[in-house]
Amino acid sequence: MESFSDLGAILLMQGFNGLSVFSVLLLMALGLAIIFGQMGVINMAHGEFLAVGAYCTYLCSELVQQYAPGLMPAYFFVAIAFAFAVTFSLGWLVEWLMIRHLYRRPLDTLLATWGLSLVLQQTLRTLFGPREVSPTLPDWLMGSWQPLDGVDIPINGLFVMSISILLTGGLLLALYRSTWGLHVRATVQNRAMSGAVGIDTKRVDRVTFSLGCGIAGIAGAAFTTIGSTGPTSGSLYIVDTFLTVVFGGAASLFGTIASAFVIAQTQSISEFFMTGSMAKVLTLSAIVIILMLRPQGLFSIKVRK
Amino acid sequence: MSGKTPFDNAPELPSRRRLALAFASLPLLGIPALSRAAAPATSAINTTGLAITDTEVTVGQLHSATGTMAISETGSIQSERLAIEQINAMGGILGRKIKIVQEDGASDWPTFAEKARKLLVSDKVATVFGCWTSASRKAVLPVFEKENGLLYYPTFYEGLEQSKNVFYTGQEATQQILSSLDWLSREQKARSFYLIGSDYIWPRTSNKIARKHIENVLKGEVVGEEYYPLGHTQFGSLINKIKLKKPDVVFAVVVGGSNVSFYKQLKAAGVTSGKQKLLTISVTEDELLGIGGENAEGFWSCMKYFQSLDNANNKKFVEAFKAKYGANAVVGDVTQAAYLGPWLWKMAVEKAGSFDVDKVVAASAGLEFKEAPEGYVKIDPNHHLWSKTRIAQIRKDGQFDVIFETPELIKPDPFPKGYQ
Repeated sequence: MESFSDLGAILLMQGFNGLSVFSVLLLMALGLAIIFGQMGVINMAHGEFLAVGAYCTYLCSELVQQYAPGLMPAYFFVAIAFAFAVTFSLGWLVEWLMIRHLYRRPLDTLLATWGLSLVLQQTLRTLFGPREVSPTLPDWLMGSWQPLDGVDIPINGLFVMSISILLTGGLLLALYRSTWGLHVRATVQNRAMSGAVGIDTKRVDRVTFSLGCGIAGIAGAAFTTIGSTGPTSGSLYIVDTFLTVVFGGAASLFGTIASAFVIAQTQSISEFFMTGSMAKVLTLSAIVIILMLRPQGLFSIKVRK
Repeated sequence: MSGKTPFDNAPELPSRRRLALAFASLPLLGIPALSRAAAPATSAINTTGLAITDTEVTVGQLHSATGTMAISETGSIQSERLAIEQINAMGGILGRKIKIVQEDGASDWPTFAEKARKLLVSDKVATVFGCWTSASRKAVLPVFEKENGLLYYPTFYEGLEQSKNVFYTGQEATQQILSSLDWLSREQKARSFYLIGSDYIWPRTSNKIARKHIENVLKGEVVGEEYYPLGHTQFGSLINKIKLKKPDVVFAVVVGGSNVSFYKQLKAAGVTSGKQKLLTISVTEDELLGIGGENAEGFWSCMKYFQSLDNANNKKFVEAFKAKYGANAVVGDVTQAAYLGPWLWKMAVEKAGSFDVDKVVAASAGLEFKEAPEGYVKIDPNHHLWSKTRIAQIRKDGQFDVIFETPELIKPDPFPKGYQ
């Protein structure tokens, strides 16, 4: 028989697991939430931006290991900044070359960004080879923290969670407390009027898209602590990402947060009580049913028509 | 990983050496009778219209060089090429050098079937070395049977198959699983098992065999059996269930990218070899490159081959492999099994004195190969290999320490009674 404290410990760890899955989903979806949610661009290459961020981290880890092994404990923060810089610039370029010509043709964007995802996949394969890679993690990121006897909290889970909280907080602040955020929200609500009052809507679009990509890059960097990265890793993320954003209600950041929480808890709890594949079936069916009842998602912004 | 593609090392002789060979063969031109004694006439050894000339025999290589399976199949491509290069350096087969036509299955099963047809029908290759996943093998099987081709398949797999046109150089499931479960029960006193796998045919069949053996033969208990979609990365709930049920042994058949997440998260949750016994049948040196030895240190893996095997054949093989593909290259179980293919074919062709598929197949049963890196192997009439099974412990540096080896070769049994 299990002792009571054992059960308590498992319950605690299971609770943490739910939060951990939640922060992973949220981090995954955050970038898309502003690209798809705020701008209405269906970015099928979102997963590949995650993968690019992960590869940037891998690159940093290899370089540091080779040339400055003393910096290993701190390199991860540099890697995150590097991943952000690369994916942000890439996003800027993609917006300029491709997306801005397609704003009025959402279905074509879908096709174009899907094509982009294939191009990025093959580029990654050519540059890094087909094998999956994982960066060498600094020692402080490995192992577990034991606040109580028998309770192991994974440190990489805590790390992903704190990045997730920081980013979400930052993004909320930026959207609701900064001039840029004001411009973005204005553009989302009424593009023509925003232009008329002097907002450079093209610039707002470009910054928003690049920022979404940059956030995906940071997420990719963070995910190297829990899994490996291959050229096609991005396609694994894309379904969960869209699921989270659509389920939450496209234009609402709070919706994304809520939906990530609901999906993560459903998945985590059902995985504990049934087998992995069945848990996935249950989670997906629940989402389908809720979306049938509430096609606009969990949250929707009320707009005066 | 370097950006080098597996094609960079085509086994072509350097031109200077080819020139020297041409000169060396000049004197023979005057005395055709002598050269014919060394190499039998093409008409005699090829009665079915295969692509064989007086100096060359064409073979096919059919693996995924691109797509998601390229991770795994690259090693097989490399070791088959190494074997063929070595055979050519020894003078080839029946006086003919082996020429390779390589096709890319691109991790896509219909593509495999289409390329197999191309190799057999247009290129008329004498044999094919290829496939990796069971799905790709199942896709090409009807093609090989219809065109009467010959395939050497390298991966350990679930069994339940036997074709006249295929030789299976990896282990079938019972060879790999049963003796390791016996060992766990005998040496580790394991009574309760938790079976985990990726959700497709090989892990499910393997776990089915494991469950029957545990329950019916070992009289143990399976406390959990579950499957996760390929590519699944969140194993937190599973790990908590393992902690709750405290099985004596976790039996893991997780594959691909999931493997990396699985072991990283086990380690992060404090489930290390000191606290929990775990045996896997899906982690070779190749997988450990991605997982990182430090994340799985001390767990057991069960295979027929490990790079660290201590015998003269293996030392020579690993040395040659590293000389060709770099000092950091690793050799896993399947890579070694793929290396056997060209050698087993060579022996069968020489024994048959013909490249004709029917004669090669007939000559194969009972063939013994004493120079195999894994040690002595033998082809059973059921087209699988007799081989030993070994259990090894994962080291921090991504290599294995072999701690157990079956005393005898195990007879392959692709249709095990009582396990289906």
